[in-house]
Amino acid sequence: MPVRKNFLFVLRHPPHGGIQAQETLDFVLTTAAFDQTVRLLFLDDGVFQLKHGQRPEAIGFKHIAPIFGALQLYDIEELWVEEESLRERGLTAEGLILPVRLLSRRQVAAFISTQDIVVSC
Amino acid sequence: MKFAIQINGAPYQCQASDSAYQFIRAALRKGHEIVRVFFYHDGIYNGLGYAMPPDDERPVIGRWSALAREHGVDLVICISAAQRRGLLSEEEALRAGKADQDLAEGFRIAGLGLWVEACLRADRFLVFGG
Repeated sequence: MPVRKNFLFVLRHPPHGGIQAQETLDFVLTTAAFDQTVRLLFLDDGVFQLKHGQRPEAIGFKHIAPIFGALQLYDIEELWVEEESLRERGLTAEGLILPVRLLSRRQVAAFISTQDIVVSC
Repeated sequence: MKFAIQINGAPYQCQASDSAYQFIRAALRKGHEIVRVFFYHDGIYNGLGYAMPPDDERPVIGRWSALAREHGVDLVICISAAQRRGLLSEEEALRAGKADQDLAEGFRIAGLGLWVEACLRADRFLVFGG
């Protein structure tokens, strides 16, 4: 049994529609805590999870931005964002809470194919 | 081949549970191994022991229990997702002063570490439900 694999989490849900985004981050941090290589890819509405200036407390939701801030402590440094998903939603990489690496839509499939475990969430 | 499976959707709400079940039955028929089935997000509702569907409907939860009984498939429900939604094992229920046994036969409740371990042991990992 290999002791280490490359895990890619593909985040496609907006941050505060339900509990999905928050539970996914539990997943991400646990996987990293087990000493695995973890990368994140934000696609579609998932890019909203990184949008700067959110105040979900106003609707009684937990703020997940601080959890993203903890990713570096878990050695998760590769946050990939699909450029077209950002652009289609009027967002820019500069308006996100963390530095990200950009990927174009035509590069996504090849990128995913290089990972061992791909978790769509 | 060894498969690890994750199910994210509640029964009846979407196709995730049905598709996963059919896939697992087919894989076992072909001689493949199911390392573990992990239930996350609303997928935890697949383990509600009190479900009583009408007799002329497919018993989504009961057939998971049958799968565990017949093939020893390890059905694991994520503890944090389950507690958040009110599904407790007997042991946790006792500890929380909510004595009951909500969990269907054949399931167990455990941490995400078991999911990571299943991914490491498996040749292929499949997620059902977005």
